[in-house]
Amino acid sequence: MARIVAGIACSHVPAIGVAMDKGQTGTAYWRPLFDGYQPAREWLANLAPDVAIIVYNDHASAFSLEIIPTFLLGVAERFPIADEGFGPRPVPEVEGHPKLAWQLAESLILDEFDMTIANEMPVDHGLTVPLSVTCGRPAAWPFKVIPLCVNVVQYPPPTGARCFKLGKAIAKAVRAFPENLRVVVYGTGGMSHQLQGERAGLINRQFDTAFLDKLTRDPLSLTKISHTEYMREAGSEGVEMVMWHVMRGALDDDAAEVYRHYHVPASNTAAGLMILENRSAA
Amino acid sequence: MTQTRDYDNIPGTYVYDSERGRIGYALNMFCMSLNKADNRKAFKSDEAVYLDRFKLTAEQRRTVLERDWLGMLKVGGNIYYTIKIAFCDGLTFQDVAGMMSGVSKETYAKMMLAGGRSPDGNRYKPAAAAAEKE
Repeated sequence: MARIVAGIACSHVPAIGVAMDKGQTGTAYWRPLFDGYQPAREWLANLAPDVAIIVYNDHASAFSLEIIPTFLLGVAERFPIADEGFGPRPVPEVEGHPKLAWQLAESLILDEFDMTIANEMPVDHGLTVPLSVTCGRPAAWPFKVIPLCVNVVQYPPPTGARCFKLGKAIAKAVRAFPENLRVVVYGTGGMSHQLQGERAGLINRQFDTAFLDKLTRDPLSLTKISHTEYMREAGSEGVEMVMWHVMRGALDDDAAEVYRHYHVPASNTAAGLMILENRSAA
Repeated sequence: MTQTRDYDNIPGTYVYDSERGRIGYALNMFCMSLNKADNRKAFKSDEAVYLDRFKLTAEQRRTVLERDWLGMLKVGGNIYYTIKIAFCDGLTFQDVAGMMSGVSKETYAKMMLAGGRSPDGNRYKPAAAAAEKE
């Protein structure tokens, strides 16, 4: 049967992708951030999962305000790289895993998560930057990817508690899949940042540190953070951290932290990375 | 706003909620069109003519033509959409963030390198902060 072996929480700042695409990762500005990514890349290469479920938000790329799905699963064979307004990132296309993706769609909907299903969609930096961060610049991505989009652009996003429960339902669906697959789940976005208004540039290291500390051992307390608290404490775009709860919910209750990295700034954002492993998978 | 929200007292923040979604749709869909290279070219060659394709209010048109980034948010612009105009201009997210917060690019970059804008003193609008203390 398929099983979830690990979870990765990872910010998806577009400028991180640009820095990689332009070969600027060794500059004084970027080096401290990228140095901290190296151990995660080694860990992931060693883990060599078969499939990654990547929880992210689309940023006016595949979807506009025309249709706003709260939760969406990509079931395609391939996902092209989106043009977000400055040409597509020069990274490989993303290969899907339609069989597992459809299993997830059916199981989640019957479990009362009303997923939108996408047979065609491009993927933007929300998905490709975490891949770049954790895989570097390979000619092809080393595993299949199932995109799971969460709306965080049009208020209100789903609550953290709802996202955590979705994670639990994902774990159940994966366990029921008959093929022997090792799956990782990415929760992306965050950490504290505000991209808009006079208050742009807000960073809250204290909030972020507490969030990272509790994510492993006390995730339920974090699911109680309201949208307003995220926006006030971690910036209007800090609310993206609800997506980390999907990842955490998909991992075992006693999952263990194996790595973390936190760096300010990545452009306007506090960049966080955390890796959790299921003990049952060890 | 049609109803009071508990986030209304956060200073310098324009939450893209139902009210802004209602008034900002056409403006944001214009921005969305800039995901296509041909449209970016058409917009840059004659901005006013290109904007005629969309049903923007006079104020929305003004904010776009004058690159009034903060003004766009006030008339329903969503930052993930309006930033596409900035990309067209060759600007970065950080450039626009600096302009919205009313400081020079250098000052903003320096603030970010020093750890970003502190939440201390930035959680509540002044009036709300006073009310909070009472």
